[in-house]
Amino acid sequence: MIAKPKHQRLVLVVIAALAVIGAVLLAMWGLRDRAAYFYTPTEIASGKATPGQAIRLGGMVEEGSVQRLPDGVTIRFRLDDGSGQVPVTFRGILPDLFREGSGAVAEGQLSADGTFVADNILAKHDERYMPPELGNQAAEHKAAKTVQR
Amino acid sequence: MIAEAGLAALWLAAALALLQLFLAFTPGPIRNGSRAVRAVAIVEGALVLFAMLMLVLAFARTDLSVLLVAENSHSAKPWLYKLAGAWGNHEGSMLLWVTVLGVCGAMLAIFSRRLDERTFTAALGAQGALALGFFAFLLFASNPFARLDRPAFEGRGLNPLLQDPGLVFHPPTLYLGYIGLSVAFSLAVGALITGKVDSALAKAMRPWVLGAWILLTLGITAGSYWAYYELGWGGWWFWDPVENASLMPWLAATALLHSVNVLAARDSLRAWTVMLAMVAFSMSMIGTFLVRSGILTSVHAFAVDPYRGTFILVLLALYVGAAFALFALRSGKLDEGPPFELVSREAALVGNNLLLTVILGIVFVGTLYPLFVEAVTGDKLSVGAPYFNAVAVPLALVLALLIGVGPLLNWRRDSGERLKRLAIPALVGLTVFAILLFAFPGNGVLPKLGLAVAALLMPASFLPLLGRKLKRTPLTTFGMVIAHFGVAVALTGMSASEMFTREVLTAARPGEDARVGPWLVHFESVTPVAGPNWTALQAELRASKGGGVSVLKPQARFYSDPPTETTEAAIETVLGGQLYTVLGKPAGNGRWQLRLWWKPFVTLIWLGGALIALGGALALGGRAWRGRRLRHES
Repeated sequence: MIAKPKHQRLVLVVIAALAVIGAVLLAMWGLRDRAAYFYTPTEIASGKATPGQAIRLGGMVEEGSVQRLPDGVTIRFRLDDGSGQVPVTFRGILPDLFREGSGAVAEGQLSADGTFVADNILAKHDERYMPPELGNQAAEHKAAKTVQR
Repeated sequence: MIAEAGLAALWLAAALALLQLFLAFTPGPIRNGSRAVRAVAIVEGALVLFAMLMLVLAFARTDLSVLLVAENSHSAKPWLYKLAGAWGNHEGSMLLWVTVLGVCGAMLAIFSRRLDERTFTAALGAQGALALGFFAFLLFASNPFARLDRPAFEGRGLNPLLQDPGLVFHPPTLYLGYIGLSVAFSLAVGALITGKVDSALAKAMRPWVLGAWILLTLGITAGSYWAYYELGWGGWWFWDPVENASLMPWLAATALLHSVNVLAARDSLRAWTVMLAMVAFSMSMIGTFLVRSGILTSVHAFAVDPYRGTFILVLLALYVGAAFALFALRSGKLDEGPPFELVSREAALVGNNLLLTVILGIVFVGTLYPLFVEAVTGDKLSVGAPYFNAVAVPLALVLALLIGVGPLLNWRRDSGERLKRLAIPALVGLTVFAILLFAFPGNGVLPKLGLAVAALLMPASFLPLLGRKLKRTPLTTFGMVIAHFGVAVALTGMSASEMFTREVLTAARPGEDARVGPWLVHFESVTPVAGPNWTALQAELRASKGGGVSVLKPQARFYSDPPTETTEAAIETVLGGQLYTVLGKPAGNGRWQLRLWWKPFVTLIWLGGALIALGGALALGGRAWRGRRLRHES
């Protein structure tokens, strides 16, 4: 079917270009509703997130807010960013570095009653590792606390 | 003295890289130039290897006057992790990166003798240019040999997640793979400069691509298993940007591996192969940038330092930009070589390359999209499994089908006669699909398609051997068959574990039982235990399925330097899959959280990866052996 070398070269270039364009279009189509946005508790409180959509929520775990339900595997706590709070429920094993007063990111969705249902929790990893989203937030939080004093 | 010797060697090596670049592109009698460039490349490789050894020595002795050692090691650490700790941090891992780059340059200088002299010299020049940039990065932004004014009293220790035998092999393997591709890149640049893109170039490039690809395959497979058992999340691939950073060079290298064969055998797909060679190493550099710049969050991101990130980004832009500018200028002069028809081995390999390129594009966009959006709008978002599975996996299944077809076609033109042999495998695949559809109406169509394609590919991958005298079949053909069979095996493991995994999360008292899949798990006790630099709570579980009883001991560990907790999953491997158990937190009233998974066929994922690498190794060995015999005969 493809006979002349020159002709063939053109066909190959066109196919390659179509493949690259196709890849980008496919990717953009896939990303439209499959990217999980990151929100702060304040943004959730102001109604920025749509319930039922996969999102990530990051903040500090409020002191004294962590409670374990009687089934032993469901955990409730509140994430706080200094000006807003969101109640979170999580069924599973909390990460090793999950602490009250320290940063955490919850992955999941907002339910209609305003509770965040997490299917995964990420915590600050060690002294030198922290989700970048939390890096700034922690600093701001600390600053806010100092001002309050 | 050790640190100073290492630093001096680094500076000398950097100077030699500059000399190498200069000599390679100075007009003059080519033969002498080539000899000098070779010598410089070899000495440079030796020097940087020496520097790496000095750093390892400093870690072995826990020399606390060296900043890097004080920050990342500890005198009470097991010796193996002391050594591996040398590359378990930003500076050390970058030194390892540059070491591999230098050693690859030296090996290119020693081994590639049969290539056009000018192309070869230009390639070594390009290799020198690459090395120079990364030397500058080390010396100006990431000096691993910096001293402390006053030696530290004790080191700060190594992240416990990294205290694992995997750390000893995983980074060096992956780096050898990443950076082995730099030679393909340099050879492509050299050939573009001289305009000699031909089958001799492909034959010089092929062992490097194959070797790098084998190591990347092993590195990714091992990394996946490491994440599986060490993180305690029960998953084997998370579409984490860092994982994608290693997948992207692999996808490009897989495409290159196939197109370089077309160039070697048929002298066709010239510009395309050269471009893929440049894309492959560019992906390695992008991977390094993503992982080492600190813009991503993971155990791989050692330190967040915007200056370093910018430095690597500038290097990346410089090298990728220069290579593609060269390609744009020169590729028009290359002609595409002998033509082929729509039904031919070449056409099937073009199909392979296009699909791999599209998958690469999808992974690339998905990985970088969050960075792009944050830079433009300031919104933070993450792209994970829902995107990659929905967009990339169907294409990967089409690609897996093509694996069954391509090897049955002849070069140049084919009547399609031998495709009739696919009838039986196709029937097997369709039957499996029908049965699964009928027996498991729920859980998604992709894993079922995956199992069906795997069932087709398992017999189909052996078809190229049909009707051949096995004794006279070259080892490379066996390599191809085994690698393709490995794809089917891995695909079976991925789809089956996706479809059939059973998971139980429960709170139980010692003495109680839990069921997961066919297993009855008896929770015996929780007791404290201690290791060299950790203490732990250890559960004892007695799991039974049918006859025998196996004892599993998952732990929750506490490390003291630095203070960290980790989860150590306990895994029981049986013929049909793995029982995966994790001890969680206290759950009140004397109960403990337990998480149990029964994962049928999950081990096939890594077995498949190992088979793919083995196939590559056979092909590499077969070519080396054949080349040697040919040389002896002539």
